[in-house]
Amino acid sequence: MLNSLTLLMALPIIGSIVVALLPKTKETLAKQVALITTLIVAGATIAMAVNFQRDNVDLQFVEKYSWIPTFGINFAVGIDGLALVLILMSTVLAPIVVLAGWNEAHGGRWSVKVFYILILVLETMMIGVFAATDVFLFYVIFEAMLIPVYFLIGGYGTGQRSAAAVKFLIYSLFGGLLMLASIIGLYVMSGAQGGHTFDLQALSQLEMSSTTQNFLFLGFFIAFAIKAPLWPLHTWLPDAADSATPGTSVLLLGVLDKVGTFGMIRYCLTLFPDASKTFTPMILVLSVISIVYGAFLAIGQRDLKRLIAFTSISHFGFITMGIFAMTSQGQSGATLYMFNHGFSTAALFLVGGWMISRRGSSTIADFGGLQRVTPVMAWSFFLAGMSSLALPGMSSFVSEFLVLVGTFTRYPVHAVIATFGIVLAALYILIPVQKALHGPTTAGNENLSDLNLREKIAIAPVIAIIIALGFYPSPLLKVINPASAHVIAQMGFTDPAPTNGDK
Amino acid sequence: MEFTTPVLNYTLLSPILILLGAALITVLVEAFVSKALRPITQLSITLGGLVLALVQVWRIRNEQSMTAAMGSVIIDGPAVLMQASILIISIISVFLIADTEHFTALAASLPGSDEERQAVQSGNQVTEVYPLTLFAVSGMLLFPISSDLITLFVALEMLSLPLYLMAGLSRRRRLASQESALKYFLLGAFSSAFFLFGAAFLYGYSASVTFAGIRDAVVGSGGNDVFLLIGISFLSVGLLFKVGAVPFHAWSPDVYQGSPTPVTAFMAAATKVAAFGAMLRIYYTSFANAQWSWTPMLTVIAIVTMVFGSLVAIAQRDVKRMLAYSSIAHAGFLLTGVIALNKAGLEASIFYLFAYGIATVGGFAIVTLVRDAAGEVTDLNRWKGLGKRSPWVATAFAGFLLSFAGIPLTSGFIGKFSIFSAAYESGAKSVVIAGVLSSAIAAFFYIRVIVLMFFTDPVEDGTSVEIPSALTSLSVIFAMVVTIALGVFPAPVLNLISDLATFIR
Repeated sequence: MLNSLTLLMALPIIGSIVVALLPKTKETLAKQVALITTLIVAGATIAMAVNFQRDNVDLQFVEKYSWIPTFGINFAVGIDGLALVLILMSTVLAPIVVLAGWNEAHGGRWSVKVFYILILVLETMMIGVFAATDVFLFYVIFEAMLIPVYFLIGGYGTGQRSAAAVKFLIYSLFGGLLMLASIIGLYVMSGAQGGHTFDLQALSQLEMSSTTQNFLFLGFFIAFAIKAPLWPLHTWLPDAADSATPGTSVLLLGVLDKVGTFGMIRYCLTLFPDASKTFTPMILVLSVISIVYGAFLAIGQRDLKRLIAFTSISHFGFITMGIFAMTSQGQSGATLYMFNHGFSTAALFLVGGWMISRRGSSTIADFGGLQRVTPVMAWSFFLAGMSSLALPGMSSFVSEFLVLVGTFTRYPVHAVIATFGIVLAALYILIPVQKALHGPTTAGNENLSDLNLREKIAIAPVIAIIIALGFYPSPLLKVINPASAHVIAQMGFTDPAPTNGDK
Repeated sequence: MEFTTPVLNYTLLSPILILLGAALITVLVEAFVSKALRPITQLSITLGGLVLALVQVWRIRNEQSMTAAMGSVIIDGPAVLMQASILIISIISVFLIADTEHFTALAASLPGSDEERQAVQSGNQVTEVYPLTLFAVSGMLLFPISSDLITLFVALEMLSLPLYLMAGLSRRRRLASQESALKYFLLGAFSSAFFLFGAAFLYGYSASVTFAGIRDAVVGSGGNDVFLLIGISFLSVGLLFKVGAVPFHAWSPDVYQGSPTPVTAFMAAATKVAAFGAMLRIYYTSFANAQWSWTPMLTVIAIVTMVFGSLVAIAQRDVKRMLAYSSIAHAGFLLTGVIALNKAGLEASIFYLFAYGIATVGGFAIVTLVRDAAGEVTDLNRWKGLGKRSPWVATAFAGFLLSFAGIPLTSGFIGKFSIFSAAYESGAKSVVIAGVLSSAIAAFFYIRVIVLMFFTDPVEDGTSVEIPSALTSLSVIFAMVVTIALGVFPAPVLNLISDLATFIR
């Protein structure tokens, strides 16, 4: 039973069916079923991770069933180190999100039941999107997962939720359709070169003229750059994060946006190595702009949720830079960054969400002196913030360092400019920390309640992971490094020799 | 003088003959059966005829013949698939037509006249819509199997004339309905004239009216003759009018809006299948060797059609007009299947036509359900909050819209994917890129309706959702199941299509 990706994908669906069959009034039961399901999925994923052979760079846990034979489409799944790490992150975050946002679904347009059905369906798709090894299957899940997110934002969010949901959907659909054109191109070319297929391995062997490769690459890349928001395609993200519930934001920024950066490695680099090299200079410039721009805008935000969204844009800049630095440190750093960003953003959004729901406002200036009133909540936010600014000892430090080192060996100028992003990060985190947590307690905050037991249980594993991986990242790196080295080797790169300081 | 006995292969023609027979019976029923029994009798005969015809189509699915009806029709795989699609779509449309609430009590009376009032008061409901439907369907069955220009023209008129009348049968807003019928008729007659003009030139060019004869002439002459070019262009005008491609689309928003909604559903779905069926046959067989003469023209028309349809649909405030412009955009997508000119293109077009037709009937079925005291409510602003009032109806409508938008896991996506990949394969990349971009534009207005239904609070203005009749629910449920099934597991249908879809010539 274990070690089957299909089964792993089926579990949340089964859970969602159970939730759907419950009567509408049994809200607590629906939540419990969702929590138990996500916990089982998380456990099953951890069991798979234990059985994963770390040094094997081939796909593992491979399964393949014929789906639409007319077009050569298979339901094919399999994971390498990169996919494993991301699936692990997604399935561990899911129960945390359910538990942390226990009361999130109230006050939505629809019943609590629908909220958990959407969350569980989304979890299936999150696993599937990382596990798919058939490009068509990937595309189907990539597009289909927009629908639950759309309803989660539009139905349960706050403020201008429907406008934000539409903006998110239109942006993503636009990118997705460009990718569809590229996928059709790949499919047609595979037909001309030995039979229609969507198998990722087979497609990576295709021979293409450089013009074709460039165009097809752009189709994929723009779709991923919208997902992972890269400047200037990021404008949907702050609105979406502002309107979504904290739990949805965690899934949106923590997991769904990773599909973009994951896709860059899995699809852009693997399928179009030459085009990736051609576009690298441009993409690196965009990444550096994202890092600095995201940071500056984060500094200027007055709203807590938008601030977190802009910090993420900056962080995605780091990830993209690491991916396209074309060094194994950069790759590993980027992958680790994806994992860490998932947890540090989760911590920020969840604690931020609790602060906002207690205070009834998301404006940073409305908080003040929380440390005195609600010490546990304040400390949690502080730790989450420190992780976001990549303080040594926190997990993000390791990944940010690896990305910068990996980039510096090949593109020193970019790396140096990006380093300013770290300085700016200190500003955009420390300013709200100072305003909201320290100083005298401002009026209106005297009677806020501290985290309750459920919230403490939800946030504890996140902070534990952040700190543990900060001190000892090697269990993950051992999984990531072989996969990253494999990607770099496939691209035909070797790491540049480190510059010797004596000369 | 020698006399050749005409050979009619009755088995192969039986689907059409059954429908014509049923149509004649329904005319008699209209005249002789009592008022009370009429609706149910008519409905049973109509459905019976359609189902019988469908069974008959299924039984001849592996036949191939070029000689039925003295060589004026061709029976082959695509013919069978088109006929089956038309029949299935017609059956679920008749479920909607069965709701007499949509049709005027006495079509012959002037709107607002005493005669009309009397007919309504006495509960006298004429049911001429059934024979008209049956005649139209038989014309539609003939259209894609015609193998010469004369039969093609006869079939064109046979399907069009009943539709012109049906467009004017609406019970509410009768003047608008009659106006749309007149508009449809005048423009339709105009396009028929173009069609005939083109046919005459093709005859002048090839000295033959049969598709095979034209094909031989094209193969022989290299396909660059001014008579041929004029013939192709004018024939195309007639066909493009029927499918509603820009710039021959002007009738469709008005007619879609004015017609009784069940008729709109039938017209939008079934006519498209028939017209594209004929178009595919004539372009894939007769004109195939002259492709450099017509693909550039069709490419431009396809691109303009999809971009125009998608853009103008954004501005629509009426759900029927929005669906009309969406159907224009879909005509553009379907034209890419004609341009592809390969087997994949033919298969994709057949799949797309079926999937789109079913979803269209489903969509319009939902439109018939949203009403207030004065009849259907088609103003989109009054659809606000439908998701709150009747979640299931709104969810079904959202499902059809997502299929129109081509979101994965719906039939629309598989259709779009297959038709675009066929076009790409044949080298028509410009159409694919235009198609993908206009899909993105189109997604916007489909999603806007979903926003209206789910994310906007309802306004209290008497708009309510009718409890669907058993037949209407049946057609909505069938359409929904097909739309999802063809999106999730299309393999059986695709296999069937790829086994059968080869034109014989």
